[in-house]
Amino acid sequence: MNQKQLVIIVLSCIFSISSEAQDTSLLNMLNDSMAIHEKPFYTTGTFKAMYIVNMQTIEAPAAGALNVEIQHRFGKINSGIYDFFGLDNASWRLGLDYGITNDLAIGVGRSSFEKTYDGYIKWKFIKQSEGNRMPITVSILGTISNYTLEETDKPYLNAAYRTAYTTQLLIARKFSRSLSIEVAPTYLHLNLVPTTQDKNDLFALCSGLRFKFNKRMSINAEYDWLPEGQLASQPLQNSFSLGWDIETGGHVFQLVFSNSQGMIPTQYITQTAGKWTEGDIYFGFNISRNFNLTRKAKTNGVRSYQVPVR
Amino acid sequence: MKKGALFVFFSLAIIFRADGQLFMTRNGFIGFYSKTSMEDIEAENNQVYAVIDPVKKNLAFTLLMKGFIFRKELMQTHFNENYVESDKYPKASFSGTFSGELSPEKKGSYPVTVKGNLTIHNVTRSIEAPGKFDVTDGKLTGSADFTVKPEDFDIRIPSIVRDKISELITIHVKVECIPTK
Repeated sequence: MNQKQLVIIVLSCIFSISSEAQDTSLLNMLNDSMAIHEKPFYTTGTFKAMYIVNMQTIEAPAAGALNVEIQHRFGKINSGIYDFFGLDNASWRLGLDYGITNDLAIGVGRSSFEKTYDGYIKWKFIKQSEGNRMPITVSILGTISNYTLEETDKPYLNAAYRTAYTTQLLIARKFSRSLSIEVAPTYLHLNLVPTTQDKNDLFALCSGLRFKFNKRMSINAEYDWLPEGQLASQPLQNSFSLGWDIETGGHVFQLVFSNSQGMIPTQYITQTAGKWTEGDIYFGFNISRNFNLTRKAKTNGVRSYQVPVR
Repeated sequence: MKKGALFVFFSLAIIFRADGQLFMTRNGFIGFYSKTSMEDIEAENNQVYAVIDPVKKNLAFTLLMKGFIFRKELMQTHFNENYVESDKYPKASFSGTFSGELSPEKKGSYPVTVKGNLTIHNVTRSIEAPGKFDVTDGKLTGSADFTVKPEDFDIRIPSIVRDKISELITIHVKVECIPTK
């Protein structure tokens, strides 16, 4: 009797152990297979917006998507109560950014500052991928600007003299879900510079970071360094800006503080005269809204499936 | 003596019982759908790993949350960053059993009931759903439709957009598995 009971107990133990092992072993088998076959995933969401404050990020609209960007800068905060601390004055830029492909974007814009038109093309050719297979994302950005403000005391100003170009290499890395950093070596060519002391070909280094402190908000900082001696005749400052991003649905709101009033590279890098320490701070905002224009942007290849009615 | 030998034989037979053929795929399909008066949401993952053991009647699925493709790219970013936090919890998985007849050598359609543990966003819930197996030339296709509640898996949807996502999300599974060693 005793032996029979023992046999039954032992057999049932063995049976339950081996069937229990089977349950999780199938899942382990799949996880092992996945580890072998997994293809690299490209890092997404390095930045939430296309602009840190003034400088562009490596992010681009998806293929067939249009990003409408409204950028606004009030006057200087140290303007005093008469100008209501700068709120009476305004400078704005309206921009449209369109994704030709997921990695190639073009855009146009118009700024009220010197009534400037700008255009750009941006191409992401290196993408950061998981597991440090590629540590950085790199885009190349070329911009052209032309200011149309009439200056009756300078009749020689023709279209060519009013034009300036920049080429920037945007190099960014998403370090963690909270921190992304971008540096952008920049080459500028101004067709006309104020005096013979100034150079037409300039080099600058722009840098920015985003620190995301909750799911939908981040603090950003940007510093654009124009080494001295290139535009020697002008009392220039390097552009420094701070921003607070709030993201909701398809919009990103960025509240910004900057010592630059211009919002395109040819202006904020080379025409910043304001000093943070003296309160020459322009408060403003960037608002972006994303629209999916083409059928591809609207569907992304996902088929329609009839949801079964219950 | 005889009893002892019989005992050993049976124990060994249970431990080392002959394993049947397993059916597997690395390109299974799982899609989830939400329909409200405000918005329709669809996402599809075509890189689902699945394995079915017809003899022991076990099955398992695993997939990467990043593999869900949405109609709108922005939705995909929000899904990954804000809702399922795929950088923290990259995978979702299911491990369970099915009840019902299945003869993988005979062509036909076999309705079954699937029961097991579904893990999403690091939360595990037991689910039970009807499904079916279709046996065709050399392939075993499993399909099922069921619903889940995002809140059951600690997926927080802010009240501003709560009306854009339905209470119950429909999940459609279709995995075409082939015999593996």
